[in-house]
Amino acid sequence: MPGRRPIEPLLWLLFSTGGVMSALFAPVLLFLFGIAFPLGWLTPPDHARLLLVFGHPLARLFILVVCSLSLFHWAHRFRYTLYDGLQIKHLNEAINAICYGGAVLGTLAAAYLAWTIP
Amino acid sequence: MSQDAAYTPYHPRWHRTRVSTWWWLGRGSYFLFILRELSSLAVAWFVAGLLLLIRAVSAGPAAYQQFLASARLPAVLGLNAIALAFVVLHAITWFNLAPQAMVVHVAGRRVPGWCIAASNYAALVVATAVIYGLLTLTW
Repeated sequence: MPGRRPIEPLLWLLFSTGGVMSALFAPVLLFLFGIAFPLGWLTPPDHARLLLVFGHPLARLFILVVCSLSLFHWAHRFRYTLYDGLQIKHLNEAINAICYGGAVLGTLAAAYLAWTIP
Repeated sequence: MSQDAAYTPYHPRWHRTRVSTWWWLGRGSYFLFILRELSSLAVAWFVAGLLLLIRAVSAGPAAYQQFLASARLPAVLGLNAIALAFVVLHAITWFNLAPQAMVVHVAGRRVPGWCIAASNYAALVVATAVIYGLLTLTW
């Protein structure tokens, strides 16, 4: 199709793998750290254990992959939410810059944080 | 209609009935659609929280305790509860749509949709159990 941007399939792929990642892992992590630990339903893991779990090479990779793909999922879906929900498609360049730019910055932050776990 | 939808100040005007910004309030299925689309904000909130947790754990035991204390603030608890509801909505709608998005053939026959949805839910159970075990069970 003329006028179609060739990057669009890649963005869609990131959206869909990010959708799977966030659907699999966000509910349990939000439930534990957002609800169950703060309300005292479950005892939170102590610091040494979290260091051990997060510091494992597979966990670092997991953190980077889940955070990055989830952010690209957010970027793609939120972009269309703004287009359709608020009908502001004429602002598309600014919206794209904020959404995908935010996902790229978040990926860099995740890579840095995953890399620097002691 | 032109293929190029880029905005120009002198855009040609087609005859179109104006749709209200609040079109999605009119019908239950439209409202659910917008709720589902808004779940992406809860996903972003989840990532931000996870990264803050990792930063706190890297910074040491005191910073981790501070993270746990801030999660007990009523405003944070409330936002986390709302975000949890939205990511559960995202997970359910995502896995229920998976059969439409994935067409799998085994031995020349199409795998029925309920099998694909069920295997997605099985993956959710395994993922939840692994994370839960790594973080809470004593070993």
